[in-house]
Amino acid sequence: MSLLQLKQVEAYYGAIQALRGITVDVNEGEIVTLIGSNGAGKSTTLKSICGQVKIRGEVWFNGQNISDQPPHVTAQSGIAHVPEGRRIFPRLTVKENLEMGAFSVKSKSLIKERIEKSFAYFPRLKERYHQVGGTMSGGEQQMLAIARGLMMGPKILLLDEPSMGLAPVIVDQIFEIIQELNASGMTILLVEQNAYQALQIAHRGYVIQTGEIILQDQSVELLKNDQVKEAYLA
Amino acid sequence: MFASILQTLPQVLIDGLALGAIYAVVALGYTMVYGILELINFAHGEIFMTGAFAGTSVLLLFQSMGWLGGLPAWVSYVLIIFIAMMVTGALGVGIERVAYRPLRKAPKLISLISAFGVSFVLQDLVRFIAELKTGNYIISVPQLFDGRFTLGFSSMTAMFSNATVKTNTIFIFIVAIVLMIGLDIFVNRTKWGGAMRAVAQDRDTAALMSINVNKVILLTFFIGSALGGSTGVLFAQQYGTIDPYIGFILGLKAFTAAVLGGIGNIRGAMFGGIVIGVLEMFASANLGIMTGGNFGAEYKDVFAFAILIVVLIFKPEGLFGKAVKEKV
Repeated sequence: MSLLQLKQVEAYYGAIQALRGITVDVNEGEIVTLIGSNGAGKSTTLKSICGQVKIRGEVWFNGQNISDQPPHVTAQSGIAHVPEGRRIFPRLTVKENLEMGAFSVKSKSLIKERIEKSFAYFPRLKERYHQVGGTMSGGEQQMLAIARGLMMGPKILLLDEPSMGLAPVIVDQIFEIIQELNASGMTILLVEQNAYQALQIAHRGYVIQTGEIILQDQSVELLKNDQVKEAYLA
Repeated sequence: MFASILQTLPQVLIDGLALGAIYAVVALGYTMVYGILELINFAHGEIFMTGAFAGTSVLLLFQSMGWLGGLPAWVSYVLIIFIAMMVTGALGVGIERVAYRPLRKAPKLISLISAFGVSFVLQDLVRFIAELKTGNYIISVPQLFDGRFTLGFSSMTAMFSNATVKTNTIFIFIVAIVLMIGLDIFVNRTKWGGAMRAVAQDRDTAALMSINVNKVILLTFFIGSALGGSTGVLFAQQYGTIDPYIGFILGLKAFTAAVLGGIGNIRGAMFGGIVIGVLEMFASANLGIMTGGNFGAEYKDVFAFAILIVVLIFKPEGLFGKAVKEKV
């Protein structure tokens, strides 16, 4: 069953059209990746899901049309968006950042439980618990951003370039954790420039170019595809 | 010269701290709104003024109903402050909704002009109502506490003279401290206070955390304006007369205090307010002595602003501010 569906989504920044009718499906339990070069419309696709850009077309989530919802309502309905560049709150501590992620969660014990759970995935956050977010390394900030997204107990995780600016070792770690999260049942839509690594862990992939989906297939097939190889895996 | 400055120092400090407490609480309104919207709410001085009038109206109403005799003075005082806070809080929310929100995506300069517009509207509206009701826009405020007592500094050491303290001054200290500590706890220890800081740091991402950004902004305006309004009541009680134009210069000084402390920084605003208040009183008492009578107390503002300029030359981000990178 498809959990998240974009139907012919178009998005504009002023007069410039960033998305030209994108159709994407994400089924429950999948990792789906959206790959493409800089400026192809990957981030805009995620923003149009969250209501951060005005769109034409429809976005459906969990059987509901969420096309015109403001971002905070979309987040409440179960979509965690981990934005590009991590965007942690730099002057809040790790603890406060995590609590902000759980803003709509009423139960204190549930918040505590989820913080413990995020320590299991990211032990570094426990060490840095009372440290201010902005003073941490890029990798730690990325871990915090993902953990913060998980705090609301989402049904789907939208990850925007989690590998950006990180050392290869750290990227490997992050991708491993993404796989672990998926194994425990989390549905993931992963936007990446690092196409090779993204396709390695994803079930299916979409290739986006200048605001259009030009290819979609199983990841294994895309990895073998000549066009993909030439443009994104070289 | 030093001997005579020292003589009056206890009195200068007490009066300066009282004035500084008022500046500090008003400065909070500027700094909170700036922190969250990067908007200088120049109508905040007029919100302070409206608080003074709202509180005084309620006081006059109490008086005409004959309730004042029945209640202890401090109960009436707290009640009046509370009502003034609700009125100005609601006013701040209304101003945000009508004058700022529609312009949120416009350049900051446009909102600034909108703020000036709101200032004029409030000044004239308050003046109109005051004249309609009393025939005069300058209002004498009945005093809730008219007591004063003397602190015997001179018996401790001959360097100091005695200081006179109004009971009202003590009340100002108590109210200002309660409000500042309350705000500090709210901002640093509660969920909505955390949301306020999150929105100030990154509005778009805060929305992704399911924080309703508009609600947080309204809350900020409510609290900032309520603080401004409460100080209006304190001011009216301390100085005894109010008019619709008291908000301009006081607002300017409170804004200066916010800049001095590092705009956007709450504790900085508190500190900046106290510094400006004390400096102003110091200048007003001693400028004549220090300059051999060439410059008198009327230059007190020049003195306070000169200090501000010196501080900003060496520390442009303010005493407590961080050098913040402009948001991309």
